[in-house]
Amino acid sequence: MPKRTDLSSVLVLGSGPIQIGQACEFDYSGTQALKALREEGIRTILLNSNPASIMTDPIRADATYIEPLTLSILEKILEKERPDAILPTVGGQTALNLALEAAKSGLLDRLGVKLIGAQVEAIEKGEDRAQFKDLMDELGLETCKGGFAHTLEEGHELLKVTGFPAILRPSFTLGGSGGGIAYNIEEFDTILRRGLDLSPITQVLVEESILGWKEFELEVVRDLDDNVVIICSIENIDPMGVHTGDSITVAPALTLTDPEYQTMRNAAIAVIRGVGVETGGSNVQFAFQPETGRLIVVEMNPRVSRSSALASKATGFPIAWVATKLALGYRLWELPNVITGKTKAAFEPVLDYVVVKMPRFTFEKFPQASPVLGTQMKSVGEAMSIGRSFQEALQKAMRSLECGHPGLAGAMEGKLDLSCIKEHLLTPGPERMVWIYQALKAGHTVNSIVSLTGISAWFLREMEEIVELEGRLRGFSVEHLPEELLEKAKRSGFTDAQIATFCGATEAQVAGRREALGLFQVAKRVDTCAGEFVAETPYLYQTWDECSEAEPSDRPKAMVLGSGPNRIGQGVEFDCCCVQAVEAIRAAGVEAILVNCNPETVSTDFDTSDRLYFEPLDFESVMAAIDRESRNGNFLGVFAQFGGQTPLKLASPLEAAGVKLLGTPLKAILDAEDRERYGQVLSKLNVPAAEWGMARSMDEARVLANRISYPVMVRPSFVLGGRAMAVVFDEKGLERYVREAAAVDETQPVLIDRYLDGAQELDVDLVCDGKDVAIAGVMAHIEEAGVHSGDSYAVFPPMGVEEGILETVKDYSRKLALELGVKGLMNLQWALKDGVAYCLEANPRASRTVPFLSKATGKDWAGIAARIGLGQSLAEQGVKDGQPLAVAVKGVVFPFAKFPEVDPVLGPEMKSTGEVMGLGSTFGEAYAKALLAAGIRIPLEGKVFLSVNKNDKAKLPELATRLAGLGFQLCGTEGTARHIEETLGMKIQRINKVAEGRPHAVDLLKNGDIQWVINTPMGRSAYQDEGSIRKEALRLKIPCLTNLNAALAACEAVETLRKELRVRSLQELS
Amino acid sequence: MRAHLILKDGKTFRGKAPLGFGGSGEAVFTTSMTGYQEILTDPSFAGQMVCMTFPEQGIYGIHHNLNEAARPWATALLCRRMTGVPDHVFAEGDMGTWLRRHRVPVMTELDTRGLTQYLRDKGAQPGLIWTESEGSLEAGVAAAADLAEMTGQALAPEVSCAARYDIPTPGARFRVAVLDGGIKDSILKQLHATGCHLEVFPWDTPASELTDKRFQGLFLSNGPGDPAALQGMRKEVEACIGKLPIFGICLGHQLLGHAFGGSTFKLKFGHRGANQPVLDLATGRVEITAQNHGFAVDEASLPSEIEVTHRHLSDDTVEGLRHKNLPIFSMQHHPEASPGPHDARHAFGKFVAMMEQYHA
Repeated sequence: MPKRTDLSSVLVLGSGPIQIGQACEFDYSGTQALKALREEGIRTILLNSNPASIMTDPIRADATYIEPLTLSILEKILEKERPDAILPTVGGQTALNLALEAAKSGLLDRLGVKLIGAQVEAIEKGEDRAQFKDLMDELGLETCKGGFAHTLEEGHELLKVTGFPAILRPSFTLGGSGGGIAYNIEEFDTILRRGLDLSPITQVLVEESILGWKEFELEVVRDLDDNVVIICSIENIDPMGVHTGDSITVAPALTLTDPEYQTMRNAAIAVIRGVGVETGGSNVQFAFQPETGRLIVVEMNPRVSRSSALASKATGFPIAWVATKLALGYRLWELPNVITGKTKAAFEPVLDYVVVKMPRFTFEKFPQASPVLGTQMKSVGEAMSIGRSFQEALQKAMRSLECGHPGLAGAMEGKLDLSCIKEHLLTPGPERMVWIYQALKAGHTVNSIVSLTGISAWFLREMEEIVELEGRLRGFSVEHLPEELLEKAKRSGFTDAQIATFCGATEAQVAGRREALGLFQVAKRVDTCAGEFVAETPYLYQTWDECSEAEPSDRPKAMVLGSGPNRIGQGVEFDCCCVQAVEAIRAAGVEAILVNCNPETVSTDFDTSDRLYFEPLDFESVMAAIDRESRNGNFLGVFAQFGGQTPLKLASPLEAAGVKLLGTPLKAILDAEDRERYGQVLSKLNVPAAEWGMARSMDEARVLANRISYPVMVRPSFVLGGRAMAVVFDEKGLERYVREAAAVDETQPVLIDRYLDGAQELDVDLVCDGKDVAIAGVMAHIEEAGVHSGDSYAVFPPMGVEEGILETVKDYSRKLALELGVKGLMNLQWALKDGVAYCLEANPRASRTVPFLSKATGKDWAGIAARIGLGQSLAEQGVKDGQPLAVAVKGVVFPFAKFPEVDPVLGPEMKSTGEVMGLGSTFGEAYAKALLAAGIRIPLEGKVFLSVNKNDKAKLPELATRLAGLGFQLCGTEGTARHIEETLGMKIQRINKVAEGRPHAVDLLKNGDIQWVINTPMGRSAYQDEGSIRKEALRLKIPCLTNLNAALAACEAVETLRKELRVRSLQELS
Repeated sequence: MRAHLILKDGKTFRGKAPLGFGGSGEAVFTTSMTGYQEILTDPSFAGQMVCMTFPEQGIYGIHHNLNEAARPWATALLCRRMTGVPDHVFAEGDMGTWLRRHRVPVMTELDTRGLTQYLRDKGAQPGLIWTESEGSLEAGVAAAADLAEMTGQALAPEVSCAARYDIPTPGARFRVAVLDGGIKDSILKQLHATGCHLEVFPWDTPASELTDKRFQGLFLSNGPGDPAALQGMRKEVEACIGKLPIFGICLGHQLLGHAFGGSTFKLKFGHRGANQPVLDLATGRVEITAQNHGFAVDEASLPSEIEVTHRHLSDDTVEGLRHKNLPIFSMQHHPEASPGPHDARHAFGKFVAMMEQYHA
C-alpha cells in the first residue's frame, strides 16, 4: 500500500462558527475528512469551536476539542495530543490561516508536527496575491492588470495602469471582505483605506476591471504522483463583478466551446502544479472574454472550498474524502469511485443533468445595508437544484430558496415597481432573476438585457421561453390544458401550484389533470458518470422523463425533511439534528430517507442517509417522493421536527394528503404555533404568560399597547423567527414602527406583547414521548430579554438562576409538553422577572440549541427524539434529564463587518450567523473561551469607555467597581461619568459624545486611546451618535459590548484569561 | 413531430423529431459534455446514431473551425434538448439548421439517461428514429428488427479520402504517410503541428506506396466500423511493419493489433467520452483521455513481442501497444482529443522522437 506509514494520528482543523463566506460546507468537508482518516485506522483529533457542527459529535473523532481556534489553544492541544500531522485544508480560510500561523511561529517544528494536504509554501503562493501574480507570469497565464498598494499613494500610482472602474481586494480577508469596485477617485480612496485597514498585512490588490466578463471555476484534484483531474466546472450566470459566493451558478459550464473549455482546463492544471499543492483539492477561478479569447486567472484556493462542496454535490464525487486519502499518500487511481463502487477515483465526473446554485440573502435583517451585490460576499446560504434542463433546474432553485417564490414564473408577481426595471438590471441585487423575468415579460429584448446585465444571452433566452410558456398556460382553463403544453411546462420546471395560478385553478385540480394524462415525476440518480456505469449510491433527484430508476426498497422506512438553505435563524444546527435523526433511524433498522436542497451540508452527503432526494422542500416534490417510496416496503411516515421551520410548514398539507407524521402530531404543532390556542393551553395549566394581543388597525394598536403598558414588543403576526420584531417605548415609537416596518390592517395584524424589561431569559430543550419528559437542558441567557435568543450568549447549566424558579420552569415545561402531546423535541423560551416565570413561546421541534446541548451533555437528543417517533419510549431508551459535562457557554458571531452601513447593535431581530461554544470548569473560563472563539479579544488591561443608558444605570456601579478592581482605567460620557461619581464617589475621565464636539469618543478610538467599549443603546434619538462609536470600534476591532450583563460576565472572563486556560476533549469530559 | 427511437430488440423510447424526418444507425452514447460538433463530424461515428448524455445541446452554435470533417458523419443526434438560437460571439449558425442542411435527423425530448442505461445493460445495438408520419409503432419495431449489426461492417471505405493529397510543411525534417481510414482533422493538425510534411492516402493504398523511401514514418488513422472487417487494410499494414516507424490511433491501433496477429472484439457499449482514465504502465500516471471506440484489441491474442503500455482504468482493456523490437506504438484513445482533455497530446511528440531516433 502506498499510504504513508509515518502518520498514526492527525489533527483536523475545523472552520469555527458559521460566517458569511464560511458556512457549513466546512462541516461537510471536515466530517468527510474525519471519516477518511478513521477508515485508515488513524487516531483523529479535532479542533473546532462550533458546537452546531456534525463533525464535533464526539463519535466522529477520537479526541474532539470544542475550543477557540487560536494559536495558544492549538499549542496546548498539540502539546497534549502530540499528533504526527495537521490537516489544514478542510476547514476553510480559518484553518489555513491558523496552520500558517502555527508553522511560522515555529510551533510545528518544535513539536515535530507536519502539515499534510498543503505545505506552507503552497498556501502562501496560492493566498498571497503578489506571489500568485508572479507565478502566473512565469506560467504564461494572464492575470488582471494592476498590483499591490500598501499606501494611498501606491494606490494612486496603480490607478494609472488600471483606470476606472478599478477593483480593490484586501489581502488575506475572509470571503473577499472589505473589497469593492471604485468608479471614481472618492470611492477609490474610501475602499482602499478600508481595505488597508482590514488586511492583516496592510495590502490591497488594485486591478483593472473585468466587469461583465464570463466567470468560471474549476475544481481540481491532484495526487502525489502529479495526477490531476478536474472534478467539476462551474459557470457563473452573474458575470464578473458579483462575488462568486453571491452569484447564481450552473454546473457544468454551459456556454463554452470545447477548445475554450480545454484551454481553461489546461490552465487550471498548470496553476495547481505551479502553486505546488501536493495533494488534494483546489479551486481555480477564471474570467473569460470570448471576443478576444483572453483568459484571466482570478484566484485559486489551495484547499477545499464552498465551491468544492457544491462540486461534490453537483457531481456526486466526494472531494474532501478523496483529498484526505490523497494527503495520506494514496494515488487517485488507487482509490475507488465510491459512487459506482467499481471504477476508480481517477477520472472526471460527467453530468447528465444541469445543476443550478442560488445564494440566499438576508438583507431584510439589515435594513440599513444596501441590497447591492458586488465583490464582497453577502449571502448567508445557498440552495442547489438538479434538473434535466436548465429551465427546470432554474425554477427548482428559485423554489428551493424558500423566499416565497413559486419558481421563476409568478415570483413577486405584482409586487415590483416595474418603472425601475432598468436600475435593477444595471445594479445586481438579490432578486435580479425576478427583475429579469419581469423585464422579459414587459417586452425588453434579450439583447438589451445582455447589455444591461452582462449575463450571457443563452440563459436569458431560456428564461424567455419560460415567459412564453407562462403566456401559453394563461390561455387555458385547467380541463383544457393540452397534454403537450402541460408536459412541456413540467419539463421546464413549473409546479402544479404555479400552473394553477396561471390557469385559475387549484393545485389539486392541476395535479388531477396531470395524473389523468399519466404525467408523473421520475427519480434519477446522481452517479458521477452519466449512466455509463451502474451506481450503487442512492443519491436521487426527481424530474420529468420517461424512465425512472432506483426503485424503492421493500424495507420499513421513514423520511426526514431537511432545513433547506442556511439563513439567519436556521442554519447548520438543524442539519446537525437531521443527521443525528437519520443515524438513529438507520441504527434502528429502518431505512432513512432524507429530502433537502442545501449543497453545503452533511445531510446531503451521498452516504449519510439510505436514500437522499436532492429536492426543494415544496409540497409537490416531497409528495412525489413519498408516493414513490410508499409503493414498496412499509413507509412509516415523515419526520417534520428536525429541519426547523421549513418542514414544519409542510406538516399541515402533508397530513391533509394522508401522510403520517412521525413523532409530534399536527395538532400539537398547531396548538403551539397559534397564539390564541397556545394562550389557552397556558391558562389551562396556570402557566404565566406576558400580556399580549393582536391589533388590526393603528387605533387598536394604540389602545392595546396602552392597556399592556409600554415598553411593548411588536411584530407582524405573519412572520416567524423574530423577523421585523421591535421593542417600542412609547406611542411615538409604535406609530413609527407601524409606518416604517409593518403595515397593519385587517389582513395583516400586528402582535403586541408586554416587554419584560430587564427579565432573565431561559431556553429549555426537552424530549417527550407522550408519557415522560426528559429535559435536555436549561440555558440561561447572559443578555436580558429583548435580545433575540439566537443572538444571546447563554450558559448551561443556568448559573445564577435561583434553584426554586428553575424547578418551576422545568415543571411547567414538562406539563406543557405533555399537555400539547409532543412526541419528540420541544424548545421553550421563558422570561424570569420578579420571581415569576413567563412562557414566551414554545416550538414543538428541534431548536438551534439542541446540538449545543448535545455536546454539553454528551447525548444525541435529536436521535433520542427520532427513536421516540419510531416508538421507543424514553424509559426503553433509558434517557433521563441531561447533565452538564462542564460549564458551557454559547457565544455568537455577527456579520456586521460585511455590512459596514449597519449599526452593530442587538435587539429582538436575530442577526447572528453562527455560534461557538466555550467549555470550562468555571463560568469565567467558559465565557472567556466563548469570547475568544467568537473572535472577541477582551483586553486584559488598558482603558474602558463606558456609555450606558438610563435603564442600565442601576448596574453601572457594580460594573465600574469590578472594572476598576481589575485595574482598568475608566472613561465615559458625561451622564455615565456623573452617575459613577455620584454612586461610587469615583472620578473618571469625561469624553465628548460625537455631537458634543472634538476631541470626541471616535477620535480617541482612532488614536488607540481606548481598548474596550461598553456602550448600551440609548434609544432611537441617540442612535446615530452611538452608532458611529460602535461602527468605529467594529472597524478597529476594538471589542464593543452593548449589554451590561455581558460586560459583567466579561469581567469574570478577564480574571480567567489572566490565568491559564485548560483544554479538555469531549471524550475526556464524558 | 412526435417520434420514437426503436432499438433492434424492440425497445422503444419516445421523443420528438423536430426536423421532421427519421434515420437509423447503431445507437451509442457519449458522455462528453462539450464538443457536439466535433463528435457529429468525427468520421469514426459513421453509421452510428449518437446519444449525447448531457441534456443541453447546441448552446454555442456551429463554428467552421470545430469541424472534424467537411460534414457530419453520425447518422443521427439523439438528445434531450437542442437550443434554437445559439449564444457565442463566433457562432455561424444553429445546430438544427446545420443538421437539416446535412440531412442528419435529430431526436429531442428523449430520455437520454434511460436510453444510456439501456444500452449500457443490453449493449449498443442498431435502431431507428420512427416519426409518427411513418406509420404504426409495430411497423417501426419490425423495421428495426431488420437492421444490421455493427459487427462485420467495413465502413472505412465510405469515409476515407478519395485520392492522395498533401499537407505540406516547407523544409520539414520528416515526411509522414498517413493512411486515412476516416481521419479527424484534429489528428492531421496535431501531426502537422509537429513540423512534419503529411501525405494522406486513401484506405486502400498498398503497403508499397506507404513505405516508399521518401517517408520517415507511417501514421494509421482512426475510423469507423469493425476493424476485423478490414482484411485488406490489415494485410497492407502487416506488410509495412518493420519498414518504418508506425504510429496508430484507434482504428489504426486496432489494425496494428490484427497485423501483429492478434484480434479484436466488440465491447458491450464501447468507450465514448472525454473523461476516460488511462493508466500509463511505464510511469504509473493517469491521463484523462477522449475516447470513441466500440471494439478493442484482445490482449490474450497478442504475440509476445507486443507489449501493452496503457490500460483503461475502468475495465483494464488495452489502451496502448508497443512493439518490443520495432519502432511501432499505438493508442486506442484519442491523443488529439477534440473534444476532450489534452493530457495525451504528447503522443505526437513521441512519434516524432521515434522517427528521430530511427533515422539518426
